[in-house]
Amino acid sequence: MVLLSFDWFLIIEKAILISIVIVASLVIAMYETWGERKVAAFIQDRIGPDRAGFGGILQPLADGMKLFMKEEIIPNSSNKFLFVMGPGLAMLTAMMTSAVIPWGGHLEIMGRTVPLQIADINIGILYVFGVVSLGVYGVMIGGWASNNKFSLMAALRGASQMISYELAMGLSLIALLMLTGTLSLRTIVEQQSTGHWNIWYQPLGFIIFFVCALAECNRTPFDLPEAESELNFGYHQEYSSMKLGFYLFAEYVNMFISCVIMATLFFGGYDIPFVNDAHLYEIWGNWAALAQVVMLMAKVIFGIFVFMWIRWTVPRFRYDQLMNLGWKGLIPLALANMVITAVVALLKYNNWHF
Amino acid sequence: MNISQILFWILTVLALGSALGVVLSKNPVYSVLCLIVTFFAISGHYILLNAQFLAIVNIIVYAGAIMVLFLFVIMLMNLNAEVEPQKSKILKFAGFIAGLCLFLVIVAALKNAEAKTQAAQLASGDIGLIKNLGTALFNDYVLPFEISSVLFLSAMVGAVVIGKKE
Repeated sequence: MVLLSFDWFLIIEKAILISIVIVASLVIAMYETWGERKVAAFIQDRIGPDRAGFGGILQPLADGMKLFMKEEIIPNSSNKFLFVMGPGLAMLTAMMTSAVIPWGGHLEIMGRTVPLQIADINIGILYVFGVVSLGVYGVMIGGWASNNKFSLMAALRGASQMISYELAMGLSLIALLMLTGTLSLRTIVEQQSTGHWNIWYQPLGFIIFFVCALAECNRTPFDLPEAESELNFGYHQEYSSMKLGFYLFAEYVNMFISCVIMATLFFGGYDIPFVNDAHLYEIWGNWAALAQVVMLMAKVIFGIFVFMWIRWTVPRFRYDQLMNLGWKGLIPLALANMVITAVVALLKYNNWHF
Repeated sequence: MNISQILFWILTVLALGSALGVVLSKNPVYSVLCLIVTFFAISGHYILLNAQFLAIVNIIVYAGAIMVLFLFVIMLMNLNAEVEPQKSKILKFAGFIAGLCLFLVIVAALKNAEAKTQAAQLASGDIGLIKNLGTALFNDYVLPFEISSVLFLSAMVGAVVIGKKE
């Protein structure tokens, strides 16, 4: 043990946590596809999938099986290495964000305190931003490597849309961070569980963040990279089988993760409303941590439902409308929000003296 | 050999290998991707030095924004190895000599640098943490900080003026 003197318990603990988080996000992404079809059916007054299992509950498994069984086609004139790498990158960047999210309080296992978070780094929210800004590469590389001009056009659209909306997203978060005074997601959640949820302080910031999250996930009304009536099918036109599945899947993982981040930043994260969480820990012990995870998931599932609700209600934007909204609408609004928040925060710091 | 040394060697090999890949690969898209990997390895080094803010800003600004624009331009111009005009032999030879001269200058400059400075502070300095960095920037260096922000603002205004239609 001289060569490698690690804390083995820590490594095992983190490995278990990472595998649980990855498997959970994949399973949730799977059932999001089912949920989306059910929500669409409900809104359009249909029944939706109901053949596989009770209420179509096995439908995602059947869909996954179908995707795996399809023929894999790699176009002859494509760049093969990058063509295969594109979906992988999309999936990787979708999953990486989950590392800094606090999923719950802490467990007591064999006298050790195990926090339900993979890494509590003090730049948490900046890390999320770093990963989000890398999300462009999966789309761009996939679209370019297909060697198809429609794919390339869609990829360029997607990339410019993501870059444009990232700016407004960052500006809306600066206002929030001025109030919290910290970048660590766990500290932000703890502040909210003792005080009020951030949505009460930053309603405008939340709306801007929400719209940008829709655009970052390529969801309707911002799904221009996948606008099939204009671009055949989008940046994944040449893809088939599970490589296509990865792109579609990454979108659902992104949706899940962005709902988790919204819940963490604005809706108190794993905090159970109207209940003193520290008191709950004394009564329930480890079950309290589990209750917190369930609470976070409830908030997230509601967020996902709102995403789907919007998708089946609002029609798609035109491309110039999208850019106008991003650059001329959201960015000035976010800047105004930032300045007002800064003035109020400074006044409060000086005990309301000018 | 502790864990940060192991990480240091892995990151160093990754950084040097991908930096070589930037220069040696024929396809410009591969060069850009290699450069992104290099940025990641360098960010890893920053984290080993406990400069978390620098590490993440390096990723956001360079890997997330500037390299995306590079990729944009390269993809739109669709540069391929076959279409690329071949440089003449004399130019290649001149480039080789110029590179060697640069290498000589660097070796001469860094010859004595190693022994004089201490080895890097591995995970002990804390100026790179965001709180300390913010305090230093807004207390000791507030004027240079504001002047550089004015510089950025003027660059932004310039870009808007150039991009505006007549």
